[in-house]
Amino acid sequence: MQPNTLSRALANGAIWGFIVLELIFFSVAGSYLSISDQAFMDYDNMLLLLKQSAPIGIIAMGMTLVMVNGNIDLSVGATFAIAAIVLLDSMTWPIFAGLGDWVIPVAWLLSLLVGTLLGALNGLIVWKTGVDAFIVTLGSMLGYRGIVFMFNGENPTSHLNWTLVDFAEAEFLGLATASWFLLAVTAGIWFLMARTVHGRNAYAIGDNREAAVNAGIRVGPHMMINFAIIGFLAALSAVVFYSESGSVNPNDGQLYELWVITAVVLGGTKITGGAGNVIGTFGGVIAIQLLRKGLGHIGADTSTVNLVIGLILIAVLFLDRQLNIKGKEELKV
Amino acid sequence: MTDAKPVLHLDNIVKTFPGVRALDDVSFSVMPGEVHALMGENGAGKSTLMKVLGGIYQPDGGAIYMGDERVVMAGPLEAKAKGIVFIHQELSLAEELSVAENIYLGELPRKSFGRVDWGLLTEKTNAILKKLNVGFDARTRVGDLSIANQQMVEIARALTVDAKAVIFDEPTASLTDAEKVVLFDVISDLKADGVGIIYISHRMEEIFKITDRISILRDGQYQGTVNTSDTTEESLTQMMIGRKLDLSRNASHHELGDVALEVRGLSCGKLYSDVSFQVRRGEVVGFYGLVGAGRTEIAETLFGLRDAHSGQILLDGEEVRINSPADAIQRGISLVPEDRKGQGLVLGMNCRDNMTLPQVDDLTAGPFVAEGAEVAIFDQYRDRLDIRTPGWKQQVGNLSGGNQQKIVIGKWLSMHPSVLIVDEPTRGIDVGSKSEIHKLLRELAAQGYAVMVISSEMPEVLHVSDRIVAMYSGRIMRTFTSEEVTEDSLIQAISGLGGDKAA
Amino acid sequence: MATLTKQQIGSVLAKQGILIAFVIFMIAFTIANPKFLTMDNVFSVVRSSAILGVMALGVTFVVISGNLDLSVGSMMSFSTIVVLDLHDKIGPFMAIPAMFAMTLCLGAFIGFLVGYLRLNSLIVTLGMLSAIHGLTLTYSGGQNMDIADKEGTWFSVFGQGTALGIPVPILIFIALAALLGLTLAKTPFGRKVYAVGGNGTAATFSGIPRARTVFFCYLISAACVATAGLIQASRSLGSQNTVGQGLELEVLAAVILGGASLLGGSGTVFKTVIGVLILGFIQNGLLLMGLQFYIQFVVTWVIIILAVWLDIAAKRGKLWSAIA
Repeated sequence: MQPNTLSRALANGAIWGFIVLELIFFSVAGSYLSISDQAFMDYDNMLLLLKQSAPIGIIAMGMTLVMVNGNIDLSVGATFAIAAIVLLDSMTWPIFAGLGDWVIPVAWLLSLLVGTLLGALNGLIVWKTGVDAFIVTLGSMLGYRGIVFMFNGENPTSHLNWTLVDFAEAEFLGLATASWFLLAVTAGIWFLMARTVHGRNAYAIGDNREAAVNAGIRVGPHMMINFAIIGFLAALSAVVFYSESGSVNPNDGQLYELWVITAVVLGGTKITGGAGNVIGTFGGVIAIQLLRKGLGHIGADTSTVNLVIGLILIAVLFLDRQLNIKGKEELKV
Repeated sequence: MTDAKPVLHLDNIVKTFPGVRALDDVSFSVMPGEVHALMGENGAGKSTLMKVLGGIYQPDGGAIYMGDERVVMAGPLEAKAKGIVFIHQELSLAEELSVAENIYLGELPRKSFGRVDWGLLTEKTNAILKKLNVGFDARTRVGDLSIANQQMVEIARALTVDAKAVIFDEPTASLTDAEKVVLFDVISDLKADGVGIIYISHRMEEIFKITDRISILRDGQYQGTVNTSDTTEESLTQMMIGRKLDLSRNASHHELGDVALEVRGLSCGKLYSDVSFQVRRGEVVGFYGLVGAGRTEIAETLFGLRDAHSGQILLDGEEVRINSPADAIQRGISLVPEDRKGQGLVLGMNCRDNMTLPQVDDLTAGPFVAEGAEVAIFDQYRDRLDIRTPGWKQQVGNLSGGNQQKIVIGKWLSMHPSVLIVDEPTRGIDVGSKSEIHKLLRELAAQGYAVMVISSEMPEVLHVSDRIVAMYSGRIMRTFTSEEVTEDSLIQAISGLGGDKAA
Repeated sequence: MATLTKQQIGSVLAKQGILIAFVIFMIAFTIANPKFLTMDNVFSVVRSSAILGVMALGVTFVVISGNLDLSVGSMMSFSTIVVLDLHDKIGPFMAIPAMFAMTLCLGAFIGFLVGYLRLNSLIVTLGMLSAIHGLTLTYSGGQNMDIADKEGTWFSVFGQGTALGIPVPILIFIALAALLGLTLAKTPFGRKVYAVGGNGTAATFSGIPRARTVFFCYLISAACVATAGLIQASRSLGSQNTVGQGLELEVLAAVILGGASLLGGSGTVFKTVIGVLILGFIQNGLLLMGLQFYIQFVVTWVIIILAVWLDIAAKRGKLWSAIA
């Protein structure tokens, strides 16, 4: 039992150790290599980092829930793009013309509703057809992206509402709006997963689905709710991001699923379900963002970021496996 | 007992599947405070009956009564609500969750906002755990518990509801003797509380020790109920299989050849240590011991699946190193593994491909597999082993357990090994195939194979072996010849009691 | 005449469903637009499907062995960029083997991680998707890659040439499909791939070298990707460094559409080819019907889910899942 406990402790703490290492490395390396005079661990820089983590981070919290539940959602990037289009386009719809700035909450709600429905649709298909979530969401990733392109072809959809931009750029207690959203979502999903019956059932289903069924948990609706939640969060992420930017390209959100899954796996969530938590995922999100910023800080370009993150993901998997090996007595299969 | 109402009464239950009448007019009652054994060979319909009781299957005919009331089990939840609780053979626990969460899985106590009421949960759980007198508490992670303690969690689950009937499905399969004592205590407590207990097991000694009555199923049909005190092992066996099973001592004798396999001082960490034995051509050596005694691990080492830390393996007097199954196969060692479906067969593949899998590299015509030669091999072993299948194209997953096992045996016989290791040769297969396989093992020995048989069934070991190696906790306690062995001395040796260590 | 039972129909559908669906599609599109089934159109569809198709052939091996390969898209970008770059530096004659060697190294690395180290293939190839993308960007310095003398090179033959009146990409696709189809269905190696994917433990217990088998599946996948990269480079003679982005999912969609189970152990090269053609012809048929280009993605979505759903529904004998 001992090594098992040890490996779990390491798995839970490792991501924070990794973040500390990154901070030290980039601070030291930055003082030699950086083109700017600014220190890496600058307070403003860290705040900016938190804000930039928000779009991926918000979705990653939902992905933690879905992956702990034993599923996966590859369609989040496409859902993100659809929600963004609904948000920006609906503000220009004639029926809302008389609303003035009240169009903002209406557009928000509409966007969140669409995201939730798209997520729930994935969940409904998984539930009713019994097709694996990987395939279902692989399909809807293509399908939802197709809808995005059908809307406006290759052209961007834009609408700037200055009230909205002001809100998005506002700061409260020193933190940007997006950062608050990220923290609130993290807290909310933490509460859901750690404290509520629904959340504990999510672990049980991911860990041992048959046991959960035997215990009378209604697995189908349960999973559908989780897919609806990740759809909602993908839309929320879009709402937070596009309130500020005001323009969405049909390719936006592409590869988000990869970043999100990377963050979740780095944060220690088990790929097969049943284990993981949002605190670890939060660490994973921060670690990735730190890496991106840090590599930029020491003068590396995006290509290096991709290379390094990919290799780190594999290294984490390798370390995890090494920690769980039982020793020489193991069966060689 | 006669005037009390049965807690559970099954009345002429019928369940059919396409082409099969899985349950045919099964009726029996369980009285309050009774331990009622349900026996039958694998495939006799026990598990189907339990699924009907648990609301997983709906019966096609007949009725279930609890007390006077006719009940319909619409699903697992409803069965539980009515006080019918299952302790499954395969543990159905979520390892990452705490003991308390597992015990109350599906009905965690709620507070506002859907929160789990941890205080209440822990309190209720600890009360139950105290009753069971176990050494862990509500917050322990289930994955950190031993198998026996995990089973205790399952049992604790049964105690959370106002159980009227508790069904134990092979509960002692993975328990040590000490743990069994605890389990039997729990059962007698339940009994004292007036709970009706259905106890499913193959183990005769347990049946006679703890049950009051025994109902027997054969081929989905109810064979009758007897009082435990009025029956014998022989008559139960006869009811289960419909005829007498020949499990007399091995009597056939033939000349033994040279030593084919010799093991000297083989050790592998905690799994087994200082193991030495010989197997001669023409000899069947039985390995008998409890689950976990290290027998399977030795077989895996001989087959190149597990490294030994020290010791020697000699084939025909020559020391060899076996690093992989390919090495073992090349040196003429074959292993019929213990877990037929998990290790023996690729269930989605057809019969022919499964049978020729180890030699597919050698059965070639140019770059391609010589399918004609494969079919010839399949036909040869189908006839020799009397494998009943519509043809080689049949997926092995669709065959019965006995025929599947014959495919695995055929697979290894077709490699013409000099040493054949068979791990649990008849686990989970019907009685007919069982005696065929026993006969086959004797025949193989007579043809000059060196055969190692690992079995947890004493009658089987006694029936097929020329010599019996008794193991306990990774060590060989004693080696018996078939003339000198007695059931008592064998049991003593595998329980670690007495018995001088001799090779 | 014997009447078919419901079960028999179910099993025929399960086995040949994808072929039946394909035929129905072809008939429907042909009725809707007679131009659909002309030689010209068929050639143009198959030619444009060839790159996807060649990649799908390799991924079929990986999927049957019970693993996934999400890195084929970015690996294809890599080989395209590399061969275009080397074309001008060391000449096409040397550039092609050099590019194949480099791509095979990547495949071998993945095969080592998944086969020998037994790491989860979804995450490994996800990581490699990102890593190889980074590698390509680093290699190209973020620039698009172009061949200087586009007119004067024989290199264009792989993407633009024709032989016996048939476009070369189609010939490559057919030849590879035949070669790999025979390998999978008829050789000992193919048998081992099915065994390892069907039940890896049982394969090990039968003396099958599981790690090596998986390793070679990834090598085959990489070789197919290199071939696809060659066709792509030769067709355009210049390329962005994101040319293969997103292809991994379309490739996987084609393989799944062909009926390979993600659990491993089932699928064939022939069915994958059908899957690729279905995707190609749907895209083309919808365009011919005058529908918007992007609707093909939505249709593909619906078809993938229907195909997999009907497949498992036929196996379980019930349309709707038993999930409570």
